Amino acid sequence: MNLRRDVFQAIADPTRRAILLLVATQAMTAGVIASNFDTARPTVSKHLQILTECELLKQEQNGREIYYHINAEKMKDVADFIEPFRAMWEERFNKLEDIMKNYKGK
Amino acid sequence: MEKKTKIDAENGKQDLTITRVFDLPVELLFKAYIEPEIVEQWMGTKVLKLENKKHGGWQFETKDPHGNVVFKANGTIHEFIPGQKITRTFEMDNAPFDVQLEFLEFEKLTDDTSKLNMHVVYRTAELRDQMLKLPFAYGINMAHNRLQEVLNKLK
Repeated sequence: MNLRRDVFQAIADPTRRAILLLVATQAMTAGVIASNFDTARPTVSKHLQILTECELLKQEQNGREIYYHINAEKMKDVADFIEPFRAMWEERFNKLEDIMKNYKGK
Repeated sequence: MEKKTKIDAENGKQDLTITRVFDLPVELLFKAYIEPEIVEQWMGTKVLKLENKKHGGWQFETKDPHGNVVFKANGTIHEFIPGQKITRTFEMDNAPFDVQLEFLEFEKLTDDTSKLNMHVVYRTAELRDQMLKLPFAYGINMAHNRLQEVLNKLK
């Protein structure tokens, strides 16, 4: 299994990125996470499952509740995370280039 | 496809560089950084203030459809050489990241191509890594409504 690609696929989805950001602030249950989205609960569960499978999130039992945590281990390798950071800038710069090409045409 | 944007971030260092070659004359590339209406378009945020001069200040803000502020950043311009260089600070409001220092150098390659070299210095190596690891927290979703809603509810 290509874990690296899985990670990037996982964070390519905006809702999953939002979930990661949300859980990064504090561990929370699936119910609390879902309450932050308009998306149907099963859809959020599916996102949580994907994030857990590629080990970006960790589950931890606390009494009767299961809490989701950010898996810091998985996120420690900077090299793996340069790509999304790069992609963010690439996207911005592509936009800048398009805008200024049109500007030039004016 | 060739990657036009390159990131150089050495392990354990507290800085990084972002370089990009544009199919644009350097004058147009520079213009995209100083005209508020253009900055707004490609950065996906509202420009409240952009004083392109030494000791000038800048301020960006993004609101969700309900008018709540979800992203706000500001800084000071330390050096401004038209068509060549901008040195500025960048700080996000209400975020656990310290201010960062940015050196933006604009270089003419040919009449129709140019290069941007952005050197970003963070307070610590840890902080830099944090920014790298959480690209979704660092502006990637500035224009993303879903995240904006999430952030609002966190307040």
